[in-house]
Amino acid sequence: MNGIIYPIIVLGGLGLLFGVVLSLASKVFSVEVDPKVEEIRKSLPGANCGACGFPGCDGLAAAIAAGKAPVNGCNVGGKPVAEKVADIMGVNAVDTVRYVAAVLCQGDCSKAKEKYVYNGIKDCRAQNILAGGSKSCSYGCLGCGTCKDACEFNAISIVGGIAIIDKEKCVSCKACIDACPKGIIELVPYEQEVIVKCKSNDSGKMVRSKCSTGCIGCQMCVKNCPQDAFIFENNLAKINYEKCINCGICAEKCPTKAIWSSLGKDKAANQ
Amino acid sequence: MSLFTILISTIFVNNFVLSRFLGICPFLGVSNKTETATGMGIAVTFVVTLSSIITYIIQKSVLDKLGLEYLQTIVFILVIAALVQFVEMVMKKTSPTLYSALGVYLPLITTNCIVLGVAILNIQEGYNLIQTIFNAFGASVGFSLALVLMAGIREKFELIDIPEALEGFPIALITAGLMSIAFLGFNGLV
Repeated sequence: MNGIIYPIIVLGGLGLLFGVVLSLASKVFSVEVDPKVEEIRKSLPGANCGACGFPGCDGLAAAIAAGKAPVNGCNVGGKPVAEKVADIMGVNAVDTVRYVAAVLCQGDCSKAKEKYVYNGIKDCRAQNILAGGSKSCSYGCLGCGTCKDACEFNAISIVGGIAIIDKEKCVSCKACIDACPKGIIELVPYEQEVIVKCKSNDSGKMVRSKCSTGCIGCQMCVKNCPQDAFIFENNLAKINYEKCINCGICAEKCPTKAIWSSLGKDKAANQ
Repeated sequence: MSLFTILISTIFVNNFVLSRFLGICPFLGVSNKTETATGMGIAVTFVVTLSSIITYIIQKSVLDKLGLEYLQTIVFILVIAALVQFVEMVMKKTSPTLYSALGVYLPLITTNCIVLGVAILNIQEGYNLIQTIFNAFGASVGFSLALVLMAGIREKFELIDIPEALEGFPIALITAGLMSIAFLGFNGLV
């Protein structure tokens, strides 16, 4: 019986002794941490994604408390978090525009032609090395899901050969933007209802031969925009999101439907 | 064996890193800057010496008396873990710069084989308390010496042109191997 009781007493006793010593030490050697840091840390999402540029949420919380980072430093948490943090810091939250990532390509299997059949590793970066990928359009989404793998928030899905980002789930951590070898993922404002979902700088004829939903550079959108919100360069129209009022006229006028819109009837037509 | 022999033996001849290959993780991990290497060395020296004394006392007065030698490993680990926690608290209070410089490596001392290795070797070699203290101190000074030397060499790497394939860890490992061979030269000194 002693064979089991002694070990229990010795180990338990030692554990208890060390526990008491450590708890006393933690009192004696306690370091005063700014209580704000802890409060801010609690209101941050805690994903440690690093999108703020600091090493994890702890780093950002310390920087905010020290006044080295703005209260809206966390892109992921967006406005609700910025407000909470501003409350703790005793300042007013500056209105921030929430940005979400969007894949600027609509050329799925039914719309864009293939150059060759790709049977390699299912990774966009690998496919991109092989003559810029199998898609005939060198600006298009390769659909291998490298961005999907990079996304920690399950916001990206591959539908019909191209990546689609769920803007409700997107936290604008930019992981997909860094992962995409084609550079076709960009941040757009959450409120934005019309987006030119094409990045092709090819001429209109070239685009037409490769993809049925690319920007052919006809400038119909530029001419019809009431806000003069379009920037047209290198055969590609781009919306200035600050000027755009989401009227949706451009999306209606666009002959190839390269301008994506979530407004009213266009939504049904696009889906 | 005289105390001086023990000291020289553990620092140079039987250097724990370079000839016994214990504590390789921090040896490669914290040897980027001489400053952090020195800090790590001091932390390890403190923890190893203190834990050796405490483990020796526990071994002789508790484990040996009750015939519980088989609990040696778990008890020693318990002591080391508690001690590292303690050192961490003290360091956080007294030297925040060193604390943040050591970062994750300080808690890693807990699972560092050199700490447990020295504690167990002290018992195996049949040292008395004074010899134990010298052995532990020498071992950790030897560790610090290897770490600081390595850090000094790795700092020089920044300035020289290393072939791309060897950059980073490969060249560090080659350096460690060469240092180990160099320390073999001390063989036969004691």
